Amino acid sequence: MIINGVTIDETFAEAFSMKATRIIITAHNSKWAMISAQAMTGMATSVIGCGCEAGIERTLTPFETPDGRPGVSVMIFATGRKALAKQLENRVGQCVLTSPTSAVYAGIDGGVALPLGKNLRYFGDGYQMSKQIGGKRYWRIPVMDGEFLAEESTGMKEAIGGGNFLILAESQPQALAACDAAIEVMERVRNVILPFPGGVVGSGSKVGSKYKALGASTNDAFCPTLKGKTNTELGPEIESVMEIVIDGLTEEDISQAMRMGIEAVCNLGTGNGVRRITAGNYGGKLGPYHFHLREIMS
Amino acid sequence: MSILTFTLRNRPDQRVDMSPLTGNMLQDMQIEDIRKLTLRCGKHKIEVAQLFDIYGDPGEEFIIRNSCNKLDYIGREQKSGEISVEGDAGAYLGMSMTGGKITVIGSVGIFAACEMKGGQIEIKGNTGDFLGGPLPGNQQGMKGGIVLVKGNVGQRAGDKMRRGMILVEGNADDYCGSRMTAGTIAVMGNTGRYLGYGMKRGTLLLWNRPDIPPTFNDCGSHTLTFLSLFFASIRGLESKFSDPVAVFNRVHRWGGDMSSSGRGELLIKIG
Repeated sequence: MIINGVTIDETFAEAFSMKATRIIITAHNSKWAMISAQAMTGMATSVIGCGCEAGIERTLTPFETPDGRPGVSVMIFATGRKALAKQLENRVGQCVLTSPTSAVYAGIDGGVALPLGKNLRYFGDGYQMSKQIGGKRYWRIPVMDGEFLAEESTGMKEAIGGGNFLILAESQPQALAACDAAIEVMERVRNVILPFPGGVVGSGSKVGSKYKALGASTNDAFCPTLKGKTNTELGPEIESVMEIVIDGLTEEDISQAMRMGIEAVCNLGTGNGVRRITAGNYGGKLGPYHFHLREIMS
Repeated sequence: MSILTFTLRNRPDQRVDMSPLTGNMLQDMQIEDIRKLTLRCGKHKIEVAQLFDIYGDPGEEFIIRNSCNKLDYIGREQKSGEISVEGDAGAYLGMSMTGGKITVIGSVGIFAACEMKGGQIEIKGNTGDFLGGPLPGNQQGMKGGIVLVKGNVGQRAGDKMRRGMILVEGNADDYCGSRMTAGTIAVMGNTGRYLGYGMKRGTLLLWNRPDIPPTFNDCGSHTLTFLSLFFASIRGLESKFSDPVAVFNRVHRWGGDMSSSGRGELLIKIG
């Protein structure tokens, strides 16, 4: 398959089952809501080294938040409920509770409940107050800047992590520009996050390493500087490869994000140095979800 | 299909226990069976048809017309359905109800919403004492639901209240929120003496500055985010509380009752 001169490989992205939740962070203004959300989703690119994958889903207007203040919707993914609960509690406790004027609410109703204010309330040292409003329990925790408000819990859902595609370009600036174009449109898709810095992976990995202590190492088959020294996947015209990883609630959400992203990249075409789109997989034996690039783009 | 309607023929001499008539109990009954239901009237038992003219089709919703303050226990332990009371109601309106709605056009007697657990009660007139309180001797009053009173409430509204909301558009008499253990009481009018007497936890949200008991401590003026959620949650009510003009989140906070565990609060609207 060739779109606007860009070759779409006959391959698939291999993705895994994960557990996910969403929270709504609000603050006095959008700047501080975003600061709080960015702090909470920091160092959350990959479950391998961070314990979870987290990202900002979208910004929310005051009309979309429970308390009528500007907000940010954040999603967090982990391999299991326990890991997710731990990451959620630590990150909200260290990054949202500490962020001035912030409040935090559930972004998913129903399903398995993950503690949100339920455990954070003990920070109130006995001065915390519970309020049941509209069938939901909230905790009012007295803090130095006023009062931190947290909903008792948020819901957990089955989700998918590791949807991806790789952009192969003639130069590093051109690969980056293609990623920028893809990210711009993919950020509009609901129920997905792009957990890596700015949504882009500059150093995709393969499973395993020559060093026993490492479970993952550089994906040498896609490293342009190793073209002559390894079993390369790259042609002589490729000078840079960048990857976009997508976590989402459903296969449809991830497929839509991939389609929109690849479309945006292909729109740039070979004239802008984009030559190929491919995807990362492990032979289809590890992950139950396979996102076939040509099916998605057909 | 017309709504099942009970029209009281004459004001009864004795108090009537209306607890057999709830929306969820009547919905599956035939009208003839409903006529034969017995109600306790004083020390006697009488059939419903002896007190009321009945017409309409049984369902979860029914109307009591020409009602008076001798009709006690209306909507007692109601799980679902809707009761409209045209006139006054007696004591124990909506006692222990868990769901559904009761609307009273007139005023109601003592112990309305007594130990209520859920649902909604709307009273267009006034209420007697112990609104949302516990039965005498019991430890917990109202545990859930919303009570909206458009008139005034008597003494000890919300006594030992555990959860839920009492919204009063008018005034509240003495001992409002006495011995509360949680929940929210909002009063748009004035409040009487001994506000929050023995209050352990919970919130008294006031539009007008009350006589603040000496056992409440000044915690200063604040903007509280949870008030936005509170007002948003009652936006659907037909009430002054749902008027956007009524919404505020800037309050003066007083903590107390310090003679009890002191974790309750008076929140008084600023401005």
